[in-house]
Amino acid sequence: MPKIKINNLEIFADPGSTILEAAKEHNINIPTLCYYPDLHINSDCRICSVEIVGQKGLVTACSTPVKDGMDIKVNSPRALNARRTITEMILANHDAHCTTCIRNLNCELQTLADNLGIDATRYENILEPKAIDTSSYSLVRNPNRCIKCGRCIDVCQSVQSVSVLEIIGRGRESVVSPAYGKLIADVFCTYCGQCSSVCPVGAITEKDDTDEVWKALDAHSKHVIVQVAPAIRVSLGEDLGLPLGSIVTGKLISALKMLGFSKVFDTNFTADLTVIEEGHELINRISNKGVLPLITSCCPAWINFAEHEYPELIDNLSTCKSPQQMFGALAKTYYAKRENIDPKDIYVVSIMPCTAKKTEARRPEMSVNNEDPDVDTVLTTRELAKMIKQMGIDFNNLRESNFDKPDEVTSGAGAIFGASGGVMEAALRTVKEVLENKPLKILDFEQVRGTEHIRHADVEINGATYKVAIVNTLGSAREIAEQVKTGNSPYSFIEIMACPGGCVGGGGQPYGTTHAKARERMHSLYQVDRLSKIRKAHDNPAVSNLYTSFLGNPSSSIAHELLHTHYTNKR
Amino acid sequence: MLEMKLVSKRFGLIDPYSIDDFIANKGYQALKKALKADKLDLLDEIENSKLRGRGGAGFPVAIKIMALAKEISQPKYVICNADEGEPGNFKDRYILEKDPHSIIEGMLIAAYMTNAKTGYIYIRGEYSLQIDIMKNAIKQAREKNYLGEAILGTDFSFDLEVRSGAGSYVCGEEFALLESLEGKAGRTRVKPPFPTSRGLFNKPTLINNVETFATLPVIIDIGGKEYAKIGTASSTGTKLISISGNVLKKGVYEVPFGISMRKIINELGGGVENGRKIRMVQLGGECGPIIPEYMLDMVIDFERFEEFESKTGAGALIVIDDRFDFFEILKRISEFFTHESCGKCIPCREGNYHLLKIIDRFVNYCATEKDMNLLENTAMVLHHTSLCGLGQSAPTAIISALHYFRGTFQKRIEASLSQEDRIYAKN
Repeated sequence: MPKIKINNLEIFADPGSTILEAAKEHNINIPTLCYYPDLHINSDCRICSVEIVGQKGLVTACSTPVKDGMDIKVNSPRALNARRTITEMILANHDAHCTTCIRNLNCELQTLADNLGIDATRYENILEPKAIDTSSYSLVRNPNRCIKCGRCIDVCQSVQSVSVLEIIGRGRESVVSPAYGKLIADVFCTYCGQCSSVCPVGAITEKDDTDEVWKALDAHSKHVIVQVAPAIRVSLGEDLGLPLGSIVTGKLISALKMLGFSKVFDTNFTADLTVIEEGHELINRISNKGVLPLITSCCPAWINFAEHEYPELIDNLSTCKSPQQMFGALAKTYYAKRENIDPKDIYVVSIMPCTAKKTEARRPEMSVNNEDPDVDTVLTTRELAKMIKQMGIDFNNLRESNFDKPDEVTSGAGAIFGASGGVMEAALRTVKEVLENKPLKILDFEQVRGTEHIRHADVEINGATYKVAIVNTLGSAREIAEQVKTGNSPYSFIEIMACPGGCVGGGGQPYGTTHAKARERMHSLYQVDRLSKIRKAHDNPAVSNLYTSFLGNPSSSIAHELLHTHYTNKR
Repeated sequence: MLEMKLVSKRFGLIDPYSIDDFIANKGYQALKKALKADKLDLLDEIENSKLRGRGGAGFPVAIKIMALAKEISQPKYVICNADEGEPGNFKDRYILEKDPHSIIEGMLIAAYMTNAKTGYIYIRGEYSLQIDIMKNAIKQAREKNYLGEAILGTDFSFDLEVRSGAGSYVCGEEFALLESLEGKAGRTRVKPPFPTSRGLFNKPTLINNVETFATLPVIIDIGGKEYAKIGTASSTGTKLISISGNVLKKGVYEVPFGISMRKIINELGGGVENGRKIRMVQLGGECGPIIPEYMLDMVIDFERFEEFESKTGAGALIVIDDRFDFFEILKRISEFFTHESCGKCIPCREGNYHLLKIIDRFVNYCATEKDMNLLENTAMVLHHTSLCGLGQSAPTAIISALHYFRGTFQKRIEASLSQEDRIYAKN
């Protein structure tokens, strides 16, 4: 083991570890900026420069492996001065109107400057303002705030294999942008939003739709209802000062009521419905020798990816709408009729961990009257946290409330939709029990859980073995899609989620989401499931009631009209 | 005679388009000798020669070659860096256009020692004539089986291609060169790993400068120990020096290490035009230090040059006489680096532009003491923290200027003050 000294503290470092890793292991903090736990080391920002006694230049802690005998000074005058000087340079080419930035008090550059005690910059501000890209429904790119750290590019290229972002131009003229300076809406962006999640500053953010919602809430003629996606209840707390993984379902409902929503519904309900519809689709395809493998369709970034890059797979995609859109369609038909409200007066908001959901809601086919969108506005976890703060709600001290009747009953199966492997597990609980026609002994399908980007499992149903796969990240989706495209897929059913860990790691989740954070949220979702009274979608009486009173049977013509959709080759 | 022609011995004596001329002048004899020798013995020769890289950094060549030889995985690449973009340097151009086969021969020897089978010569886009000459030379070498399968009846196979970029200066930096060769934008990589373990397409790669490869046949020919007798203890052998600027006989001259710069300028370069005075000399190119006239007695030597903390070993002398404004020269250098920075790391991308802005204040007589401090601080941070050699050496001229010409800076600040007074008085 290499013996090194960091700030005069003698430590034994793991061989092969970097200075940064060795320091972290011993609770020594070395400031970083471009470094991000789940991404490549590119050592572009040079903020983690440290001095090694006896060496002329400084080295970056993130990229330099430890060597026996190294004597490292993290805060030597030279290193500290370099760090401060570089930070001043960044600020001199940055739209540093911090108080009017979405990332104020939640910005890594601001924190760095604060920690380094920077109170003035010696450099002239050289920022040349550039146009802000607001072309898409999902993401806004503000090049004036970009510090070109490269995180967004790395996540887009190496995690998602989408590669719409690139550094274009050279030197001072270099900018992060889609190729040829195109707008986001003009390239094959899937809107997964991982770029916004890893951005250290306010350069890539979700398109802010909170004002739309405030306006709707203020309009007396509107009956404004809201649905909450499964993954929100285990992540929202983080943005409101609660510990990672806190389950805040009850407080979340209270907060939404205080914001003025007439009814607060749970997307878990339509997740249960998705399980029934998709489960029947799978059973149909297996028994009628339909196109297999069946691939899930609840993730809109995956759908965008498939339509753009793998149109050959369109017939493999489940025709089920996502739970968000099933809710929207039912809200403006079934719910409107039941509550005797003109659908035109119903305004549907959804709270999603996702930026791609904003674009999904604007798909022309997601409108039952072919005019108005079924889901009017989509807010991310971050936007909801912002509204709660704007309202001055003391979230932590809220009393807990329940979802509105009569659709308050949801199953644990719906809840785990927010975790990679959840849709698979929820579907298996239903499909296996329905086909075998006897109660499941074990509800936990441990073999499909986890965070690895590609997982496989063999599932036995009625004596036959079916191979299934669970995929998260679009980079891994590409691998599996290639298999299907070339006819070499051994699977019957594949679940694909675009974000690492599934929706718990979604692009609309609190800034700075890492694999580790997503994993904690995932544990909390499985806890929600464990504590649920109903854990199988087909046991949900509210869902049964919906079929008897409105839809008839799964895959009925009205179910098809409202709950299923089609896809387009967009290559 | 100051000159000692080893690498340049065939310059002007042979037709660069004729392999027969080359062969008739002892060409490819070192290769034939090498192909009969034991590879370990050859490595010993290189080690004994104490040859250091001629591209500027002066890294011991034997260490690199041995590192590649030890790599077992295939493919391995041998790459010649002919992206000679450093202003004031044109010695590689001379080799490319006057004796192209000597480079091929050197690459063959390196490939033979390291078991590499594929090579590339990355020639800067602006060298169109040299690209043409090199392509012709490769074609001829292939026809005569100096390249290709089973070279000269041995079991050694090696082939070579010319590649070129679009003219970006940073592509001369080895990692940016590799990126460019792979078809990507020319931006450097994070290191480690170094090319000998993970280079082109992440495979083991040897990259050396044109002159370095052209020196290998000389060493094989005369022997490593004999070669080491030439020059000085720390810098063995000869060096091609590009002399430009305000001298009478601009050109490339091959001299043994250990000769003073004054001798080179006066005796080979023919001295300064019209008997003017030398204001300063820039060593190595735009990325090198600026020294005053009184330092010209210093000899050309890697160890002596280390005091400048810069990579001055490429061997260029840019002589600037007293007609030129000191700060105009610095400004031009800063403009160059602002333009050529790839933009990957922050100090180089942002810092060079700030250096330019500050220098501009000196040019325009509006600089203050504060500006000088900021200039010095910025230059040192760039030098210490930039990711690649470009950013690290971009401020060398400024750092050395602040060291050797501090009085000039101070005088300009004083003049700036009085200028301000004059403007103030006018108002």
